[in-house]
Amino acid sequence: MFQFRLDGSSGVPAYLQLVQQVRQALLLGYLRSGDQLPTVKEAVASLAINPNTVVKAYRQLENEGMVTARPGQGTFITATIEPVAPGPHARLRRSLEQWVRDAYTAGLDDDMVTAMFATVRTELRAEGVA
Amino acid sequence: MKPALAIKGLGLRYGRTWALRDCSLRLPAGSVIALVGPNGAGKSTLLQLITGLLRPTEGTVEVFGQDAGAGSAEALAQVGFVAQEHPLYQGFSVSDLLRMGRGLNLHWDRYLAERRLGELGIPLAKRAGSLSGGQQAQVALALALAKRPALLVLDEPLANLDPIARRDFMRAVMTAVAEDQITVLMSSHVIADLEAVCDWLVLLKDGTVQLAGAIDDVLDGHRMLTGPRTGAEPSMPGLVRVTHSERHIDLLVRTGPDRPDLHPTWRSQPVGLEELILAYLERPRETVR
Repeated sequence: MFQFRLDGSSGVPAYLQLVQQVRQALLLGYLRSGDQLPTVKEAVASLAINPNTVVKAYRQLENEGMVTARPGQGTFITATIEPVAPGPHARLRRSLEQWVRDAYTAGLDDDMVTAMFATVRTELRAEGVA
Repeated sequence: MKPALAIKGLGLRYGRTWALRDCSLRLPAGSVIALVGPNGAGKSTLLQLITGLLRPTEGTVEVFGQDAGAGSAEALAQVGFVAQEHPLYQGFSVSDLLRMGRGLNLHWDRYLAERRLGELGIPLAKRAGSLSGGQQAQVALALALAKRPALLVLDEPLANLDPIARRDFMRAVMTAVAEDQITVLMSSHVIADLEAVCDWLVLLKDGTVQLAGAIDDVLDGHRMLTGPRTGAEPSMPGLVRVTHSERHIDLLVRTGPDRPDLHPTWRSQPVGLEELILAYLERPRETVR
């Protein structure tokens, strides 16, 4: 059975953490169509979390078409998201690797690399690209 | 939807000092409500007015439509209460406490209490005083839930508990919410523990309500604005807190439905729950009564 985790210090709302974990597990192939997610009660018992939070996360996953709730049975993965295709995946990885190498050569440390990545992502999001 | 709690103009005065004043709240059924505020803000006073342990000087408290201020048995039968430090009669065995609960309450689900305690491995024959702090808290909770209350009131339930006992305690409370759709009102100092647990927030300070609402709406209604520092003291509607740095300032602002248009040099970011609560709590007292 899929197990959720919660990071209280991440600043990400709890329901969103659950949504992201399912999305990520789908992308990485850890969750597949037909798999069952924990019932609300199971998630509550394992995480000591508000049941409304679990319900909210499942509702969002349902709206995004990733899961289907079957009354009396539980919540099941129905998405057919293919993990990131190997071709473009590998190409992106290579160019990122080159970029990180260049950054280290230019004297950036890990924190500066992370900060630059976050800044670029924020700016792109503000432009409505991502 | 009928509110779990409807509080109107509630106030309590000790001599010439108001411990709580002008308190009006409508708290939705089925929610888990965090009551936060500094020591002496009036949290315990409010909880004791809701549980009928104190009579208000003015105003009314209704629990699921029943007047709790009058301390009627029907109103109180709907409320389960675990007081600060979850007090138990230390010399009583757990089964004595259960028998006492049965004798003192209109409704009593002995099977439920025994099942909960059995699942936690707490022996009924043991004296309360010989149990660990976490186990005593669980016994107090099992007694409160055996009433089958519609509203569970917890006063600082996590204080004095170690991290594992905290988690076990909240797990028991959340399971009760999932199984029986009860409404929970809990006061706490441990803001970090509230985020995964509570969906409503009531912020009390100096005996008055500063902020109340669904946590998602509250977070949605505040922004952290960061911009260059100028000589002028910033002023804008809804300003909660200003933090000065050498060259920039951070403004925590309560925004209306329309987000203000900002100068492009300003950045607007969402605010986390803990930062938001601390900002309100640090705010200097504005009105002197």
